[in-house]
Amino acid sequence: MSLRRPFEPASDSFYIMKITFKLFATLQHLLPPGAVKNAVTIEVSDDASMHDIIDQFKVPRELAHLVLINGVFYCEADRDQAKILKEDDVLAIWPPVAGG
Amino acid sequence: MSWTRKFLRVNLTSGAITEEALNMQWAHDYLGQRGLATRYLVDEIDPACDALGPDNKMIMTTGPLTGTIASTGGRYSVVCKSPLTGTVACSNSGGFFGAELKFAGWDMIIFEGKAATPMYLSIEDDVATLLPADDLWGKTVWEADKMLRQKHQDPQTKIACVGRSAEEGCLYSAIVNDLHRAAGRSGVGTVMASKNLKAVIVRGTKGLGGIQDPKRFLQVTKDAKKVLADNAVTGQGLPAYGTQVLMNVINEVGALPTRNMRETQFEGASNVGGEAMHEPRKSDGKPNLTTNGACFSCTIACGRISTIDRTHFSVKDKPEYWINSGGLEYEAAWALGPDTGVDDIDALTYVNFLCNEDGMDPISFGSTVAAAMELFETGAITTEQTGGVELKFGSAEALCWAAEMTAKGEGFGIDLGLGSKRLCEKYGKPELSMTVKGQEFPAYDPRGIQGMGLAYATANRGACHLRGYTVASEILGIPEKTDPLESDGKAGLVKAFQDATAAVDSAGLCVFTTFAWTMDDIAPQVDAACEGDWSTERMMEVGERIWNLEKDFNQKAGITGADDTLPERLLKEAANTGPAKGRVNELDKMLPEYYQLRGYSTDGSMTDETRQKWALPS
Repeated sequence: MSLRRPFEPASDSFYIMKITFKLFATLQHLLPPGAVKNAVTIEVSDDASMHDIIDQFKVPRELAHLVLINGVFYCEADRDQAKILKEDDVLAIWPPVAGG
Repeated sequence: MSWTRKFLRVNLTSGAITEEALNMQWAHDYLGQRGLATRYLVDEIDPACDALGPDNKMIMTTGPLTGTIASTGGRYSVVCKSPLTGTVACSNSGGFFGAELKFAGWDMIIFEGKAATPMYLSIEDDVATLLPADDLWGKTVWEADKMLRQKHQDPQTKIACVGRSAEEGCLYSAIVNDLHRAAGRSGVGTVMASKNLKAVIVRGTKGLGGIQDPKRFLQVTKDAKKVLADNAVTGQGLPAYGTQVLMNVINEVGALPTRNMRETQFEGASNVGGEAMHEPRKSDGKPNLTTNGACFSCTIACGRISTIDRTHFSVKDKPEYWINSGGLEYEAAWALGPDTGVDDIDALTYVNFLCNEDGMDPISFGSTVAAAMELFETGAITTEQTGGVELKFGSAEALCWAAEMTAKGEGFGIDLGLGSKRLCEKYGKPELSMTVKGQEFPAYDPRGIQGMGLAYATANRGACHLRGYTVASEILGIPEKTDPLESDGKAGLVKAFQDATAAVDSAGLCVFTTFAWTMDDIAPQVDAACEGDWSTERMMEVGERIWNLEKDFNQKAGITGADDTLPERLLKEAANTGPAKGRVNELDKMLPEYYQLRGYSTDGSMTDETRQKWALPS
């Protein structure tokens, strides 16, 4: 599905990229309709940070505990940075969870 | 005190049942449950004894907080020498059995010898009686439970029982209590059956007295419950999704062992995880998950109660399985699912029911089936052995068949009951066994979670996630996030988790509380309940002493540092997808530092100095 860009671009040099967005556990209800198996393809500006997307989907930041890009964890400090997310990346988010 | 200060000794050879006073010096040194019972085991058996012979002993044991209002204070453990690993075995279970034993006035039961014919032990407060179990022998746990209830006519009776798999010698048989909670690992059920002991039934009406400082205990347990309730993991995540919430997490981080640990990600993970258990089925509109459930005194309630689709091939002609019963937990779901390549959640639930019904450890069973499937793929096992069944990765039908055969101990099920190590040795490919010290791996690939490789290699009961769950830190960020692909610093992390867990397992509490509680939350509860000074520091000290006691037992049983290793697959075959792609487990980088921190020699041996430091028995 196509979604509005989360914010106005800083310059005209942006372009739209597709990523896979996943929300799990008690966050999964925040996924838009059309999500299958907790995943949906979204279009975002190529300079979107993780927090831009987290905010756009109304995921409370304090519940975005595990934030993974292609399975690799990114800490709070990284989540405001642009240009970490790349075309075709998978952004997956969990609230605090555990098991075993 | 919060120990009852007495235990039962049941000699199955002579039939003698005696009451003994608890050794309170040992209780102060080893706290209870895992630690205290291991101290008795070390004192009373030769570590080199035959685990399935009459010289092995089996101890059912509670902790000082078992039966109290402390959240999760309902645990008991079974301690003996393991027939699967040759190491000390200590399997922990929830449900209601442990608390009932305490209410009857007993901290422990030590079983010794072997009965000439099948027996069960009945305890009603002070009255303990050995009774014939000839009619129960050959019955499933569920059948035996029903028969015992009809006979004893007390709905409050709590029952722990072995199934047919244990009777038939399956080496990873469990003791199942309350129908679907289990002292699951290391074959403690096999030991129980080897003694011709079918069941232990308990009714306790004494309640629990002897809390050292009742007023403070009420306050600190209330405070601790609030910590659990306010924590997103123990207050929301675990009740809603259970441990199964991990399926998609571990797959995403590339540490989900798949098809006998050949791969580290499973394409069908989302079909068998916690979220999938909530999805309504097409056939009847109901989800797999019926409700969550809690063990005695637990305010988390992570347990899963499930139903199987009645039209599913596994149960469509078997209405006895159209019930609500113990559903998939993560470790079981992984072993039965990704490790065998099966992504049919109803099939996994059916096999899980069978594991509960006939007392099989689903981790070891699933891992053994996975090894058998790889043996089948290589041609080492053929349809000649399976009686025509195509034992292929991904076959839900083959998985269900394997469970039915192993539960009954029939046909190829006898081979599957050997466990992965002995099965692979029998068919000439020992390298395909994914085990440490003979025990099958749980659900975390150590190529993608480096610390778990060290935790598995050094765990005192063989491959086990519950002896040092560094997944909490490496993946889940509890108490703080560490890099799962980094081996530096993991030796200290593993040791800290191992010591803390040994203390929690000895208190009567569930280790899942530690997703929210630190030792600073736990120690005040023990301190208020028990005589003596139980500070955080002392709890950690007791934990380390217990760890070394177990290690020393294993060493005397012939286990050496050479056994502190992983299968070659995990050390030499790199992960092929996900974040761990190209990596193996770096055990060789972590092990020397770990031995140094433990005070062991460079070859992994317990030293006299360390033995003296912890005042371990000679």
